[in-house]
Amino acid sequence: MNSFPKNERVADAVAETPALLSPGHLSNAPKPLFEGPNWDFTTLQQVHDAIEEIALGELGLDVYPNQIEVITSEQMLDAYASVGLPLMYRHWSFGKRFAHHETLYRKGLQGLAYEIVINSSPCISYIMEENSMTMQTLVIAHAAFGHNHFFKNNYLFRQWTDAEGILDYLAFSRDYISKCEERYGIDAVERVIDAAHALRDHGVNRYAHRAKPNLNEELQREEDRRAHDEANYNDLWRTVPTGTKAPDLTTEEVSDAENRLKLGLPEENLLYFIEKRAPKLAGWQRELVRIVRNIAQYFYPQKQTQLMNEGCATFCHYEIMNRLHDKGLITEGTMLEFLHSHSSVVFQPSFDDQRYSGLNPYALGFAMMCDIKRICTEPTDEDRAWFPDMAGNGDPYGTLRHAWANFRDESFVLQYLSPKLIREFRLFEVADDNAQPAMRVDAIHDELGYRRVRSALSRQYDLARREPDIQVVDVDLAGDRCLVLAHSVYNGVQLEEKTCQSVLRHISELWGYNVRLHEVDAATDRRLKTHEVTAIRA
Amino acid sequence: MNIVDRRPNPKGKSLSNRQRFIARARAELKGAVQDALRKRKVAEVGSGEKVSIPTKGIGEPSFRHSRRTGHSDYVVPGNKEYVVGDEIPRPSGGGGGSGGSDGAPDGEGEDSFEFTLSKEEFLDMFFEDLELPDLVKKTLKESTATDMSRAGYTISGAPANLSVTRTMRNSMARRISMRRPKPIEVELLEAELAQAESAGAADEVARLTLEIETLLRRTKLIPFIDPVDVRYKRFEHIPRPNTQAVMFCLMDVSGSMTEGMKDLAKRFFMLLHVFLERRYKTVDVVFIRHTSTAEEVDEETFFYSRETGGTVVSSALEKMLEIARARYPLDTWNIYAAQASDGDNYGSDSGRCVEMLNGKVLPLCQYFAYIEVGDAGDGPMMRDTDLWHSYSQVAPGHSHFAMKRVSDPTQIFSVFHELFSKERARG
Repeated sequence: MNSFPKNERVADAVAETPALLSPGHLSNAPKPLFEGPNWDFTTLQQVHDAIEEIALGELGLDVYPNQIEVITSEQMLDAYASVGLPLMYRHWSFGKRFAHHETLYRKGLQGLAYEIVINSSPCISYIMEENSMTMQTLVIAHAAFGHNHFFKNNYLFRQWTDAEGILDYLAFSRDYISKCEERYGIDAVERVIDAAHALRDHGVNRYAHRAKPNLNEELQREEDRRAHDEANYNDLWRTVPTGTKAPDLTTEEVSDAENRLKLGLPEENLLYFIEKRAPKLAGWQRELVRIVRNIAQYFYPQKQTQLMNEGCATFCHYEIMNRLHDKGLITEGTMLEFLHSHSSVVFQPSFDDQRYSGLNPYALGFAMMCDIKRICTEPTDEDRAWFPDMAGNGDPYGTLRHAWANFRDESFVLQYLSPKLIREFRLFEVADDNAQPAMRVDAIHDELGYRRVRSALSRQYDLARREPDIQVVDVDLAGDRCLVLAHSVYNGVQLEEKTCQSVLRHISELWGYNVRLHEVDAATDRRLKTHEVTAIRA
Repeated sequence: MNIVDRRPNPKGKSLSNRQRFIARARAELKGAVQDALRKRKVAEVGSGEKVSIPTKGIGEPSFRHSRRTGHSDYVVPGNKEYVVGDEIPRPSGGGGGSGGSDGAPDGEGEDSFEFTLSKEEFLDMFFEDLELPDLVKKTLKESTATDMSRAGYTISGAPANLSVTRTMRNSMARRISMRRPKPIEVELLEAELAQAESAGAADEVARLTLEIETLLRRTKLIPFIDPVDVRYKRFEHIPRPNTQAVMFCLMDVSGSMTEGMKDLAKRFFMLLHVFLERRYKTVDVVFIRHTSTAEEVDEETFFYSRETGGTVVSSALEKMLEIARARYPLDTWNIYAAQASDGDNYGSDSGRCVEMLNGKVLPLCQYFAYIEVGDAGDGPMMRDTDLWHSYSQVAPGHSHFAMKRVSDPTQIFSVFHELFSKERARG
């Protein structure tokens, strides 16, 4: 689905490791903004202002107005539980998350994040009171400027989220749901929300829907088409044999097709379809489904841009902290504390390490951003070959801002991952074919492997591949109103049986009738498997 | 930029979510709590507990790719020695785990979920289906305690109970409906009359005088407050159910009780104490310990002091009857007793105990539980002790008499559970 960028030629591998960024030292520096670990509100303000000057002036960031909120660790746990949002409707699953995090935290197995940032306008960053002043500085640079810039400028967020409206919407949804609970009982509400939660990942619009045509436009289009036909009329076409005729459809088949068209099928946003079409849902239940769907949609860009988002924020805080240090606004001690924390954040354990749990988005993201900066300022011949459009262009921040605005993880990796980084991370591709007894190494960091590794990694970040592709394909209107879903199976990877059954049960709870799911091989259209769930009649 | 200090905001935003979660996982939690109890010491009875429950009832399913089918590839960092074509054995566990592409927990729904219950949550869970049996036996007609409760209005009553608002409301409604002239209307007419008089319009004066007279007559006929308006607050006497209860804890501290046995007995009573404290606001607890003589002691002494001597079990029963007679008249108190002993008794005293139980103690009690403690080594096959043998004759005749044996601290909880389970209470 994504083609290779055209600008690539075979690269000469020249390995060198330039220092990423070396903090300079000024002797006639102004007085540092703070010393020691303690923070207070005036210092926060001063630090923020100093950072703002660098972020907007030198890095050219463009941010929503900032709101920084100081919270306790307890409140941080609360925020964790409600997926980072400041207000959330009540649901047991948030309690579960809370209990889980609390246990981990109390046992000391897991530290708390230093901050949480919310994609809203004003952009709210939560910082913890336990943080030292150095950490507060880092957090402000990271969240209030790095993430904030990304939220405001990335095309996915611009297209899909409404930063101004989200807090109001959350307040509305919380109140609405608690009203429903009062009126219809907690159990009834919980059943709907549970079911909707199960479909959260399939309740997002991946593309903007086609606008509904209005009558005038439709007439105009028809007119144009006729005019085109008339203008291009050639009697010769009449004499050309039309080849095999399409088999005649029976009237039933025709009306089935029409029905599907009317229902807007196929539809990949399962929650949307259920909200609009489920025959048995009451109005308030539809609204609940809609709330879950809207919140899922709000998070959808974040899921697609984790690598970039963290990379952007980490890069920004790294640049800003170095600038502050260069200007003499922070002390050596602060700088060391920062570097210690920074290097543990961007640590990438290798695959056979006990600590390994996938690629660290902070590490890879940060490395890629730094790499882009390096390519812009000090390119090697290899970089010139691979990235002719930006190598040595001398405008690292402009290039990065462009990348942050117009890519998501998948396309970003495909476009910007350089051979140098593949070597540095020693990335390799492993093929896991369940028909074979062992996994096989398909590509490593060598001349032959760079492109393979890069596109494989890009696929790995592609949400559309990571999540099963499931669509509503039919509703048996003439028969038992069974909802028919189809899972397009790529490379033979089918759904996990157990969770699939429970999700289908949730769907039938919402739909009210039977639900059937076909697993269809995408390449051959062959039906591999069918899951079915019978609705429980109330 | 705006800095907001959110620290003073109310805490516990997640509390209701947590409660919902616990309610949801109740079935699993109960099992986990029972498990946890088997392992814990009674001295810890008042603390919270970390429990681990299977994710069955609290799973959040979503469509997921199976790791066991098809072909997929992963990009992984940290290559050290592999070259293209090398084969790597598939790691056991997560299927193709080495390449977790999204860090999602690749749980199959089997891994258990661990978190900590607070002390309250834990105890609630543990005591949930326990209760004192037959608590409301006393007939209501005998009970003298009543509560006064407001119950609407009445047309007669003591002046002190007059409801002014209700009375005035009625009065106003009546005045409006019967068109009682307002003072201001009369005043207006009088002013007009004075004007007319000064102008010397005789007709006008006569008309106005007549009108005023009519109004005044109406005012007199329709009183401001009529007896029919008056309302009094009504009170009802609601009999208060008599659920006063007292628990007698009888413990043998004689020389034949080894340290282990005393420990067991104390654990049992400690658990009983926590249970009563937690579940019943109004339960009195009387601690009696006995050797060859019995004495009433306070909680501290009962649990923590050491004493030793011979054994006359009946002395404790005597003492209990004496205290019950003096302080807990049968018609207002539910009486419970729990006795713990090693079963050794002085010669013929066991017979006397049975006699007392049958004749005096059991008719008095709602429920009598007897715990016989043995040494840990005795195992489940304890020999029949003197007292156990004698008490066995009592048991069949009385449904509210129960006896159990405990020889190991781990059994305490299950025995306690059996003794005070709701099923027993109902039966």
